[in-house]
Amino acid sequence: MTENVLLSVLNLSVGYSTQQGVVNAVSDVSFDVQKNEVFGIAGESGCGKSTLIRALLRLLSNNGASTAAAITYEGQDIQNLSDNAFRDTILWKRISLVPQSAMNSLNPVYRVGDQVIEAIRAHSRASRSEARERVEFLFDIVGLQPELMKNYPHEFSGGMRQRAMIAMSLALDPGLIIMDEPTTGLDVLVQERILRRVREIRAEISSSIILITHDIAVIAEMSDRIAVMYGGKIMESAAAIDLFESPYHPYTLGLKNAFPSIKAVNNELISIPGSPPALLGDEPGCLFQPRCPFSDSACVQVVPDRHYVSELHQVSCHRHADVLELRERAAQKSTWHY
Amino acid sequence: MSEGYERGAFSRVKRSLLEHYRIIHSHPLGRIGFWVVTVFVIVAVFAPWLAPHDPWVMQYDSEGNFASLRTPSWAYPVGTTHLGYDLFSQLILATRTTLLIGAVSGFISILIGANVGLVAGYYGGKIDEVLMRLTDILYGMPFLPFIIILIALFGRKLEFVILAIILIIWRTSARVIRAQTIAIKQRQFITAAKARGCSNLRIIYRHILPNVLPLLLLYAAFNIAWSIITEASASFLGFGDGNTISWGGMLYELWLSGKTRVAWWWFAAPSLCIVTLVTSLVFVSRAYEEVANPRLRKR
Repeated sequence: MTENVLLSVLNLSVGYSTQQGVVNAVSDVSFDVQKNEVFGIAGESGCGKSTLIRALLRLLSNNGASTAAAITYEGQDIQNLSDNAFRDTILWKRISLVPQSAMNSLNPVYRVGDQVIEAIRAHSRASRSEARERVEFLFDIVGLQPELMKNYPHEFSGGMRQRAMIAMSLALDPGLIIMDEPTTGLDVLVQERILRRVREIRAEISSSIILITHDIAVIAEMSDRIAVMYGGKIMESAAAIDLFESPYHPYTLGLKNAFPSIKAVNNELISIPGSPPALLGDEPGCLFQPRCPFSDSACVQVVPDRHYVSELHQVSCHRHADVLELRERAAQKSTWHY
Repeated sequence: MSEGYERGAFSRVKRSLLEHYRIIHSHPLGRIGFWVVTVFVIVAVFAPWLAPHDPWVMQYDSEGNFASLRTPSWAYPVGTTHLGYDLFSQLILATRTTLLIGAVSGFISILIGANVGLVAGYYGGKIDEVLMRLTDILYGMPFLPFIIILIALFGRKLEFVILAIILIIWRTSARVIRAQTIAIKQRQFITAAKARGCSNLRIIYRHILPNVLPLLLLYAAFNIAWSIITEASASFLGFGDGNTISWGGMLYELWLSGKTRVAWWWFAAPSLCIVTLVTSLVFVSRAYEEVANPRLRKR
């Protein structure tokens, strides 16, 4: 199983120093991405999803600092690489990014094709014409006509720009593509078309994908495995089916309630009251505890350990043993809103 | 496939020159300004062949009389000085000096201003702090005492006039371009370029610079106009180079001659040239300003 691991992250933490003190945007996050899988990271706004990615790709702003026990890619340590070596050997060649709001990620003064060519030529020895052929090929994969290469970004629709960014991320055949909120800001029809395209691309190439989104529907549809983040920590991670069929963490239970199910028609949606924690300083206990209807004294005082329900299903909750009771109670609205 | 997708450096330059020509020409005042500036440039280039007389030779009319303080006529289109020098020839040769000073100091000052602004705005932090405090210090520096000291130390030379103008003028463009750089570096496509592994220099010059280019050209035109005015006032006050003639220098000669109340033509010609050229440059910059700031566009 371990030889199948593509990217392995162990105890990654990110802190932003602000005037109010250090904000622990990501704390103690560990996860593995297998070869040829879609790994989904779900969580509400401000839970540290994007920070996690920025830390991985070394794109943190100046006031951010990250520490990790180990980050490896195909067994090779990439955490201790110098910035230059990281840029030359890992970035874009091995790990590429479809950035958040990819719609605005194209420079308005250059033709779209030239920007993809730039990405290729910055990382390989390809000549201009080789690069152009490659771009034509990539445009074809993402379903853009090659003639569109000579257009400027403002002549593209939102979905087309998104696809151009996906083409750019595929440029150097990376083993891992990180898609940060790839469908946010697109209407459902375009969303569907993009997701279908991503699925087709996956069938053609053997890259793994880290899919980051707050949209449970998208993540459920696309991912093989899912990690649920809350307050900068991974609360629960499991295979997609397991996570939705047999969730353990109260936060996952709450998310499931807040999301319409096809099976249960007319089911009332139940929201999770309260708002995410501020993450300033070290608070004792479980971060979800203030919003959790099942919390007890241990939850207030002790940070829960990672508990392995099965080899691929882990949860950070003190009350994982009472899961059957929790699932039953969580389905009732009175549990959350009283 | 590759039609319309032009290759090669030459066609790229041609494309961007045509683009600038189009920007200036789509604006009526910009068009006027462009052609007036072009005429001045032609005059400057061919000045020695265009001037009908030697500007430093006393003129005698066809009857052999000393042509001192003549009003404009066919023989002397803008009149003569009290020493009988032909003002028209002086004006033409002065165009050369003035345009040279304007172009050189305008170009160098925008080069300094743009680089300081881009670097300060992009890197921020300590680099920004140092560079911007430097511009603040220059903002506190008055032009005239500065040039007086330079000339007292090194003598009346064209180079020092240009140097003084550059040192005073780049500060505004640096500030404006820094502000624009800060705005652009926060745009998503800069983060995307970083994620792609572009180096800092590549991001500054390939990704940010083209986006501040309209503003840069606007300030280039401004800087040229301001250089010309500054040079004229410095020369008028007697800080110009005594060996070359400029429009401001012509006014200085008029002042020295003490004929300010008599020789209106002597006063009018260089002043009109200064006003016309500076106005035309402002018109051109105005055309760029509308590209940089579309809100100014009416209708």
